[in-house]
Amino acid sequence: MILKPGARLISAVCAAELMTVKAPKTELEVTIGGVTTIASAAARDGSAAVVAGHDGGTLMGKRYVDESDTIELLCTKAGTGAVAVNGELLQLKEAKALPASD
Amino acid sequence: MHLSSLIEMVESGFDNRVLLGDQNSRITGTDFGFLVRLGATQVHNKYASVMYVGENHALLPVALFAAAWAGVPFVPVNYRLEDRQLRSLIERFPNSLVLTDPLTAARLEELSPLILDDWLRGLSNVDLEEVGPIEPAEDDNDVAVVLFTSGTTSEPKSALLRHRHLMAYLLGSVEFGSAEESEAVLVSVPPYHVAGIANMLSNLFSGRRLVYLQSFSALAWLETVQREAITHAMVVPTMLARVVDELDGEIVDHSSLRTLSYGGARVSERIIRLALQAFPTTGFVNAYGLTETASTIAVLGPDDHRDALTSDNPMIQRRLSSVGQVLPMVEIEIRDDHEQVVTNGESGLIYLRGEQVSGEYAGTNSLDGDGWFCTRDQGFIDSDGYLFIDGRVDDTIIRGGENIAPAEIEKVLLAQPGVAEACVVGLPDDVWGQRIVAVVVRQSGHVVEPNILQDAVRKVLRGSKTPEEIIVRDSLPHTETGKMLRRVVQSELLAREGGTAK
Repeated sequence: MILKPGARLISAVCAAELMTVKAPKTELEVTIGGVTTIASAAARDGSAAVVAGHDGGTLMGKRYVDESDTIELLCTKAGTGAVAVNGELLQLKEAKALPASD
Repeated sequence: MHLSSLIEMVESGFDNRVLLGDQNSRITGTDFGFLVRLGATQVHNKYASVMYVGENHALLPVALFAAAWAGVPFVPVNYRLEDRQLRSLIERFPNSLVLTDPLTAARLEELSPLILDDWLRGLSNVDLEEVGPIEPAEDDNDVAVVLFTSGTTSEPKSALLRHRHLMAYLLGSVEFGSAEESEAVLVSVPPYHVAGIANMLSNLFSGRRLVYLQSFSALAWLETVQREAITHAMVVPTMLARVVDELDGEIVDHSSLRTLSYGGARVSERIIRLALQAFPTTGFVNAYGLTETASTIAVLGPDDHRDALTSDNPMIQRRLSSVGQVLPMVEIEIRDDHEQVVTNGESGLIYLRGEQVSGEYAGTNSLDGDGWFCTRDQGFIDSDGYLFIDGRVDDTIIRGGENIAPAEIEKVLLAQPGVAEACVVGLPDDVWGQRIVAVVVRQSGHVVEPNILQDAVRKVLRGSKTPEEIIVRDSLPHTETGKMLRRVVQSELLAREGGTAK
């Protein structure tokens, strides 16, 4: 699929949901817990489970990025599955600690 | 990303956490999300924008997020404007839901405004099942907030901030849920100021309870800090000066206050030093940004403040008058009159680029082809990366071909005993092109002599930068958020000589 900023990614195998912050305008294969994401949480039927190696989890409010920093996803619901794009597991983006200015 | 997507995060991340309210009302993340969803049904397909004209209000974020969810801009307006001006601003937004405080409602009767409290009360009669919940708006290229610039050098312009600008600032500078449950921020900047909007978003995103000060007074601010165990606060320099004045050297226990950030206008070093003494356990943050950059783009943090106070190195000491280092997600260039990038340490025009930089006004986009925004602020970056602001380039005095920043002279004047405020402007001069005139306000109980001040400037700067005339007055005009209205001072001085403003 081609991801636009704001596009939602919903896990088929756990509670995780992510939102697209940025993505290249190319065809991408997104998985959560090793399984292709679905269009709505209602379509989650419980038939599939998190695949080994994709069980690192996603944390609420955290951002996940690829190695080359072309994709950035924000976790809006936590889950037990990890997110991957085109087979590459995304990494937690560490925020620079900034002093609270407002 | 769209601001509406924050609602679900707030609902699930902070379901039972109190996010809004004071002693009298406690609104959790769940309550907040529900109010926003209700509010959106009353805006969607009915109004083209939501305006707010009034003092701060504990539930103001409900109005902003209801507008966002319904896909229309939120437009906070300065309620202190005179009636005629206020009406003409509101009429620029046809078919707007105009929310106000009770006092403002009485002034705007013929525009049939709704008092925010009444609108919120009305929401409790809305049956979400019956009206049917609406889907949140998603296009992050839509305008989220319209703000009017303060207009110190020219007439106010309406700046457009799109969802993507505000979200870029938010995601780049705040970690979701990073606040502890006991944290609370005191918001005293007015709702029509970009810092008021940034306050709202950053603190909701970090999970910090927002406490609103309806309208600022130093005493009310100090009392609220103690009563609500406030941990964070943001003030404009005038507020900081009034708080310091109110304390008058007394050390009161405000140890709950971990961070006090200030910004929005130039602040005198004297006030900062007094403030640091008055709040010995508080971390100070100076934030610099513009309406057009979706708030903060540079910060001087607590460690910088402490280092500047304790260091023997003049380069580190002077950081107290800098605005700190530029945020990692913003690029900066200082350029000369020919738009060439200058070397470090040299002063020039400040250009900014980044995802949070809008640079857009109603009808025009001021970004250049490469996405750079010219701030029209002048400044320089030192060899350690600290940004210093000299002032607005439009305020530059050109005397005998020499460019002179008023701030440079004002700084010297402000360092003289008895000088509380100073404003330096250029007036037309047949020989020099412009001549320098200073207006100073004295501290109560002090006497200031113009010729002594002139000598002081001559000693520190040069003869060519010494004001030809120094006028002592009781006060200087400011915007409500503490920016000096230089153009007003200039036209008053011109009128005195029978001329008109340029």
